[in-house]
Amino acid sequence: MPILGADMTAGTLVAWHKRPGDAVKRGDIIAEVETDKGLIDVEVFVSGVIDKILVERGATVPTGTVLAQIREEAGAPAPPGPEAPRRVRISPAARRLAAELAVDPAAVRATGPGDAITREDIEHAAAAAPARARIDLGRMRQTIGAAMARSKREIPHYYLATAIDLHRAMTWLGEENGKRPVTERLLAGILLIKAVALALREVPELNAVWRSGEVVPSEAIHIGVAVSLRHGGLVAPALHDADRRGLFDLMQGFRDLVQRARTGGLRSSELSDPTITVTSLGEQGVETVFGIIYPPQVAIVGFGKIVERPWSVERAIVSRPVVTATLAADHRVTDGHRGGRFLAALDRLLQAPERL
Amino acid sequence: MTRDELRATLLRVLGDIAPEADPASLKPGVELRDQLDLDSMDILNFVVGLHAALGVEIPEADYPKFATLDGGVAYLASRLDSEAPRSAR
Repeated sequence: MPILGADMTAGTLVAWHKRPGDAVKRGDIIAEVETDKGLIDVEVFVSGVIDKILVERGATVPTGTVLAQIREEAGAPAPPGPEAPRRVRISPAARRLAAELAVDPAAVRATGPGDAITREDIEHAAAAAPARARIDLGRMRQTIGAAMARSKREIPHYYLATAIDLHRAMTWLGEENGKRPVTERLLAGILLIKAVALALREVPELNAVWRSGEVVPSEAIHIGVAVSLRHGGLVAPALHDADRRGLFDLMQGFRDLVQRARTGGLRSSELSDPTITVTSLGEQGVETVFGIIYPPQVAIVGFGKIVERPWSVERAIVSRPVVTATLAADHRVTDGHRGGRFLAALDRLLQAPERL
Repeated sequence: MTRDELRATLLRVLGDIAPEADPASLKPGVELRDQLDLDSMDILNFVVGLHAALGVEIPEADYPKFATLDGGVAYLASRLDSEAPRSAR
């Protein structure tokens, strides 16, 4: 059972996609587990043949429990395995309710638009079924609470903020989107994420994890993007190698990640790999975000709402779109001087959006 | 395409984005963003879905027209009306 978050202690095996004797290769999805972060696809990190399945469907086991044994086979590429089962179309809210009421979504008759399973479908199925053991309500909230309490208890946070003029970035984005078909348009958020990734190259100490009492720098920049779930809770899966990807590629990856975060189907590596988190609450009208670092990471970057503000340009007051960028960072790893350098780099990078 | 058909298309595309939503409970004059807790990614996916369903390319500047269900139906009806004569030529 993979550890997908600092405070994840257990998970429930919901489905196996492979059987003993099936060939698997690195990166294949072999199972689905229900965790406090929703339904997660479990990947394998070796190629070989499934030898034995050790945890049956429906079992809840602690993190670190071996789910299956794989016999590693070198040489010939693995033959294709059987088709994965069709994914059930269900909203996060209905999926959570299904978990709470111990209802298997695959066995529920869907009545929602496009054959989606609604909360009502789950309630009907639960009412029709005999009483079953209940999973704790609000497990995601408990896990978020535990991780944030640990963060506040153990990490000496310091906070910095800077207001950034986005006139050039928003103008460039408007022109760029005007040229692009609707399927290829970019969101302002993707410019911010890419700028964060590039600024981390200049201040790499912020791109690291804290393990066993020491900082472990990460060469790769995997940005955890905080995605709010529609009826509460959040996850922050990784946009891998964000500094090395073009804006369009990053945007496609971001869209895919948000969709899977909300409908189920995140990969285990996407939850365990982030080396820093970016969170934005601008759409909720928030102007300044005071983030809490997600352990074992050592920094979190926050963005507020992009607002039109009076701005001084060459001794004249003009109206400019401005965003407040914040950094919460771990004082065991960096200090305000380096944090300030990071925010200054972020500001500078956003003044040349065409180079992002 | 009639307004009822446009409304049905809008609701179907919204259903893909927020499958838990009950179309019958949506208030036509109230902001969709508030009723469905939509964010900018949802809005982008909504516009992409409408493009796929109706073939209408919606410029970014027109996104606010879709603030409400009624507004979206009116906008699409106007766009399709204005484009129909050209495509009939």
